Amino acid sequence: MTSAIATKDKIRAQGLSLFYGDNQALFDINLEMPEGSITAFIGPSGCGKSTLLRTLNRMNDLIPNVTINGEVLVDGENIYAPDTDVVNLRKNVGMVFQRPNPFPMSIYDNIAYGPRIHGIRKKRDLDEIVERSLQQAALWDEVKDRLGKSAMGLSGGQQQRLCIARLLAVDPQVLLMDEPTSALDPISTLKVEELTQELKSKYTIIIVTHNMQQAARISDTTAFFLNGVMVEHGVTDKLFTNPTDQRTEDYITGRFG
Amino acid sequence: MAIKAAEQNSSPPSYTRAVKRNDRLMHWLFVGSAAFVALIIFSIILFVGNQGIKMFGDPEAGIAEFFFTTDWTPGEGKYGALAFILGSFLVTGLALVIAVPLAVGGAVFMAKIAPNWMREIMRPATDLFVGIPSVVYGLVGLTVFVPFFGGIFGTAGFGLLPAALILAIMILPTILSVSEDALRTLPVALEEASYALGATRWQTIRKVLLPAASPGILTGVILGMGRAIGEAMAVQMVIGNAPILPKGLTEPTSVLTTQIVKEMASPFGSTTNNALFMMSLVLLLVSLSLILIIRVVARRRAV
Amino acid sequence: MNSKLTNNIANLVFWMFGFTILGILIWFLWHILAAGLPHLSWDFITGKPQEIIAGGGVGPQLFNSFYILFLSLLFSIPFGIGAGIWLSEYAKKNWFTDLVRLSTEMLSSVPSIVFGLFGMLVFVTTFGLGFTILGGALTLALLNLPVLVRVTEETLRAVPDSYREASAALGATKWQTIRKVLIPTALPGLVTGITLVAGRALGESAILIFTAGVTVSRFAPDFNVFASGETLAVRLWYVRSEGLVPDAMEIAEGTAALLVIVVLLLNLLIGLPSRYLQRKAAGK
Repeated sequence: MTSAIATKDKIRAQGLSLFYGDNQALFDINLEMPEGSITAFIGPSGCGKSTLLRTLNRMNDLIPNVTINGEVLVDGENIYAPDTDVVNLRKNVGMVFQRPNPFPMSIYDNIAYGPRIHGIRKKRDLDEIVERSLQQAALWDEVKDRLGKSAMGLSGGQQQRLCIARLLAVDPQVLLMDEPTSALDPISTLKVEELTQELKSKYTIIIVTHNMQQAARISDTTAFFLNGVMVEHGVTDKLFTNPTDQRTEDYITGRFG
Repeated sequence: MAIKAAEQNSSPPSYTRAVKRNDRLMHWLFVGSAAFVALIIFSIILFVGNQGIKMFGDPEAGIAEFFFTTDWTPGEGKYGALAFILGSFLVTGLALVIAVPLAVGGAVFMAKIAPNWMREIMRPATDLFVGIPSVVYGLVGLTVFVPFFGGIFGTAGFGLLPAALILAIMILPTILSVSEDALRTLPVALEEASYALGATRWQTIRKVLLPAASPGILTGVILGMGRAIGEAMAVQMVIGNAPILPKGLTEPTSVLTTQIVKEMASPFGSTTNNALFMMSLVLLLVSLSLILIIRVVARRRAV
Repeated sequence: MNSKLTNNIANLVFWMFGFTILGILIWFLWHILAAGLPHLSWDFITGKPQEIIAGGGVGPQLFNSFYILFLSLLFSIPFGIGAGIWLSEYAKKNWFTDLVRLSTEMLSSVPSIVFGLFGMLVFVTTFGLGFTILGGALTLALLNLPVLVRVTEETLRAVPDSYREASAALGATKWQTIRKVLIPTALPGLVTGITLVAGRALGESAILIFTAGVTVSRFAPDFNVFASGETLAVRLWYVRSEGLVPDAMEIAEGTAALLVIVVLLLNLLIGLPSRYLQRKAAGK
């Protein structure tokens, strides 16, 4: 079950279990996510794929009554160790959400938000970061004339790319994407997918998707989840053409989900 | 490569330390504010209660006398406050009798019947009425209601009736807005089910909506009651301020709040002055028990 | 036949309820303004009060009303908003949270005259300040607190969680998220809440009679917080109940109209920027 791509593991989950109160949502997950590639989590809704994604930068801390056993190693360090700096972790492991969630501020202020909270004050530096991030997110040409306008006025697809740009502005090493295109139209979806391909040389990307074609199109490795258990994990092409587990086959051939 | 990019932009450790220190500091300031706010009510009970109890240090003033007799003649050492306690409940009850039907009817009207334009007028109008100072209500009572009732009943016109009428107008917006909320937040399915059975709008309102919204309406009524029983200045201007049980609806009398205002000039530490604190302790405890009743009502609603 | 007829009658009755309520409100407003507006003149609004002879104004009282309101907001806003933020963003489900909630609710039910006696006991007698603007403002702050706590908690709760998540995912601390995202987003609601509090505090009389007193400083406007500070609402009550001036009725009616106008203006003036902020945030 190890990844066939010969690179260093950026993130590794070891014996990870998660409980919402008394309900167990994740069962003993062991998974490596290699650096500089895209890992996709697939599975029917409620299978635990988003929950797992949210454990990788401790987003679950914001929800009460969550218990986590096991370890998540980022660059070899357990992020659930008691002395972990969660704020710093999230700066390095950022997240894009299912629904675009720009702040109700101008486009410029949205992008500059991250750098500002991390202490960058100079207008010149901020201008540079805003332009670079928007370029990276392939949004610059569309918004460069209205940086001072509210981000809420953008279309859904533009908002989602804005959120990606906002994340890139804090220079994370890992991008967690939680069904980033599920609220978008097909053209915007395509743009976001192209974007992930451009970004993967620089960032480790982990994407949750309910769309199997999307996983097949963009990811290098794929993990399939069912009822909180990781059923199968491997190189994307192999998992989709020649799965080892019957349940994976049933799912990708559309027998359920 | 990714790591290098991150280092370029990473903030200096001193900045990160300052950010974290601020985060912790603000957390403690917020906890402190919460604790401070929580502390106030207990210090009020303690201070007011302590000062009130002191009145019973005077051998002439007894607890039973205070609560169960109506003779208030401090000059002769008589400190019976029953007339004021009864007066408070009487005037509040009377105000509720006037205000509740109107407020609940108005709430039904605004939530279910009024067209949008009517609602657009009524909502800001009722909001505005919450903001009008109580002394202004008192003045209108004094210049309009007192002479009006005086003319009808052939008395001076001061007393329970003008006081209750003024209080009714004051608490009307409170009861109305809380009841309207309760009616509007009912599930639509409830109403549709009733219409689907062929009920008319009035039948739906009476048999389905009002019963379903009754805990919310009750909450509004209790809130209004609390406001009425604690109101001082407006009532003081129209009630006549005689320290006796009322002989009629338009005969001068007193309630707890107005008696406190009337005797406020008594020297601090005197039995009379301490008795005022005892009266406000009674008011305080009545108000607090109303809050507890609302909590019980709300809990029943949640089930 | 009957159910239909009853329905029509009921409809009619409910419309009458609506018009009755509206009628009372309009009559009330009209009555106050019609009685008071004729007495409002520049001299009245800015002039010094008289105790024995007619023709006095309410200038110092008008000043004191706003000065005490300003001070009371100054004292109560940090604590009220702080406690509201704590309840909405930090509080876990435990006994301390329950205690804070219950005591805030209890505090909001305290009759203002009880606050007045408490303020008198603490500031006027125990601290020996006498009747002062400071004591009045501090006691008035207690009246503001529970409303501020509730409004802050409610408006912050109305901010979508997605903003909190987005901010956290960028590595923001909780305080950074509160200061830079939550408070700006909740600002229109907070401003509306503060207006509500201000309107109530401006008309408050029972508290101030016992703490700030029924006299004004000889110097007007007097910023000295240890001076006594009768406000408009207190003045209105005082001239009608204990005052000796021959034109008490004119003063009372004029003051009432002035108070109502001030409350109306306050709602309009502070309501407008809050609406503007809302519109700007929505990207219009």
